[in-house]
Amino acid sequence: MATEKSVVSVVATRTARTPEEDVMASKLSLSLAPQGDEFAGVEKRFGMPRREFIAACAGIAASIGLAGSAVGAVAQALVAAPRPSVIWLHFQECTGCSESLLRAEHPTLEKLILDIISLDYHETLMAAAGHQAEEARKAAMAANKGKYILVVEGAIPTGLNGAFCKIGGKTAIELVKECAADAAAVIAIGSCASWGGMPSTSPNPTGASPVAEILGKPVLTIPGCPPNPYNFLTTVVHYLVLGKLPDLDAKGRPLFAYGRLIHENCERRAHFDAGRFAIEFGDDGHRQGWCLYKLGCKGPETYANCPSILFGDVGTGSWPVGCGHPCIGCTEQGVGFTKPIHSLATLLTVSPPTQFARPAENQGTGSSLATVATVAAVGGLAIGAGSRMARNLGNQPDQPAAPADEDSKR
Amino acid sequence: MMDRRKLLTSLAGGAAAVAATPLCREAEARGNHKMPGQAVGLLFDGTLCIGCRACMTACKDANDMPAEHTELAIGNYWDAPLDISGKTLNVIKAYRDGDATHKDQVKDGFAFTKVSCMHCVDPSCVSACPVSAMTKDPRTGIVKYNVEACIGCRYCVAACPFNVPRFTYDTPFPKISKCQLCAHRMGEGKYAACAEVCPTGATLFGPVLDLHAEIERRRALAPGTQTVFPRGKIGGTDTYEGPVGTYVERTYGEHEIGGTQVLHLSGVPFELLNKPELPRVAPASISESLQHAIYNNLIAPLGFLGSLAVLAWRNMRPKAAAPKPAPTPAATDDDKAGAP
Repeated sequence: MATEKSVVSVVATRTARTPEEDVMASKLSLSLAPQGDEFAGVEKRFGMPRREFIAACAGIAASIGLAGSAVGAVAQALVAAPRPSVIWLHFQECTGCSESLLRAEHPTLEKLILDIISLDYHETLMAAAGHQAEEARKAAMAANKGKYILVVEGAIPTGLNGAFCKIGGKTAIELVKECAADAAAVIAIGSCASWGGMPSTSPNPTGASPVAEILGKPVLTIPGCPPNPYNFLTTVVHYLVLGKLPDLDAKGRPLFAYGRLIHENCERRAHFDAGRFAIEFGDDGHRQGWCLYKLGCKGPETYANCPSILFGDVGTGSWPVGCGHPCIGCTEQGVGFTKPIHSLATLLTVSPPTQFARPAENQGTGSSLATVATVAAVGGLAIGAGSRMARNLGNQPDQPAAPADEDSKR
Repeated sequence: MMDRRKLLTSLAGGAAAVAATPLCREAEARGNHKMPGQAVGLLFDGTLCIGCRACMTACKDANDMPAEHTELAIGNYWDAPLDISGKTLNVIKAYRDGDATHKDQVKDGFAFTKVSCMHCVDPSCVSACPVSAMTKDPRTGIVKYNVEACIGCRYCVAACPFNVPRFTYDTPFPKISKCQLCAHRMGEGKYAACAEVCPTGATLFGPVLDLHAEIERRRALAPGTQTVFPRGKIGGTDTYEGPVGTYVERTYGEHEIGGTQVLHLSGVPFELLNKPELPRVAPASISESLQHAIYNNLIAPLGFLGSLAVLAWRNMRPKAAAPKPAPTPAATDDDKAGAP
């Protein structure tokens, strides 16, 4: 145990730190103080050996893009009580997001997270039912006022005053507003909660709307159908470790996960650049793993990290494009469930880092002064010599005849 | 020596001979050549191009061209070439303005264009080539290059108004490089590789007359309406549905220097894409009319040579009769110094 601790401390003090990391390091130094052992209960509580726990923390830190020095802070944050209360609401959805989360299989991460947070209300996972369940929600909200995390799964129907979805006699609209009022943070998980998703597909008879629209303010969104569980878990851990939400893009998506186009990290990208496209499912190109752009792949206009972190922890290729199906753009409003699956995507790669030649590209540096001088000198010499020669040529017939007596000698 | 009167007389005679030449056969300008009926070409629709540059890769593959360094201010990179060269026949370039967020928009937008041989109906390179290394195929209209005939004079490089033929300066046995529309692949039943791989049909291969019909069809549709676009070549089985772009009025290559077999549609004005502004008259027709008139039946050259002969004869004849000029003092000095 002592050796492991020292390893963590070495990692923690290794390099120059940013102010952010300084905060984490101070937390860490607390955790490494000799009195008491914060990690003593780890094996019992998380059901994993201590070594494995530290490795899992390193994995989490890496997925947020934190430095190695943050591993200790992650471990500290996960071990420290109290566990934040989480209230999870379900509306117009298929529970695919919850199912996806349950299948998070990094080293027992699912246990880790379910033990780390206090999931006080989740219709699929809670044992309570009926009035008892609603009581649990109210009790948790009252006990953790201003501190709990609200997670919303599914779109909120607004048609017929929200009559399409009622839980415990309250409409989805009322429930979201009620729960969000005292929440420390609101997270919309899945495309439905993030931007409407599949239920909002035209003609949208139920008036399915995203959480942000109901609350009238931007919320953190983890779109995807389903979203990658690690994008959600990492966001939660980010919040626990640093006490704030990660950096977001204009659509409320964490940049660590949605900062790049699928197209940029796609393993089939080389085929795209070389013009090798699968034309139809099962043809030669498709069997050889060629680019799926012509089949309607929306990777070039969809921001997500699917090709980087994959799904299901089963190894390479375990994501839609890897399996041979074009990306449908599920994380992207206006693309997923909106554009026909086989219609061609719009490429969003004209701006850097992708570079194109300009219509009139400046090439060459022009002639230097030395070059001009040399050319002028050589040219002048040639002209001078030429004129001299021409003059001599004109004189030649006269020259031998100049002295009259020499002529007579010959 | 000749006096002023005689000189003027002989000059006038020469000028009359030159002036009389155009009065002979075919004195009028020949006019632009006509396109062969079965001419093939490309249609590049900039509104469909997504900038994937698969055509650039395919072109290199099909023509066995080497990779090329891109020379930038910060160093050399193995990146997409900036322009066509002795090693590159086809380049996709991008117009960009402001934050470049809107396709085919002049302000804050971007647009793609293709740079490759335009396969002129009346090509200047063919006209300028002194050894017929550049030829225009009488059936397909493809402007071809024969390295065996080429003498490396690079007249074609200078003559092309599109700046297309390039010279391989860096090899001991240089040649001209230019797109030949994959003529070497047509025997295998294939066609231009750039069009073959284009995923959106932005580069489309086909008979030029059909390409013109396709352009008319696209222009007749309201921008934004869904329509079926052919991919690869006109009349093929590969098609897809997509929205029609908003085109500028002009089709580049329709009239430029008598028309070209590669046609360009664009969403932004062609000036922004660095496409040169060219007259409708082919430069080749002007230069050939002029030259063929001058050299017609060799009358003008013979007249000119005759004038020269007369001048020379007059220069020679009086010399024998003329008295020897008195030696100047300088000449005397020279002679003394040079005497043995």
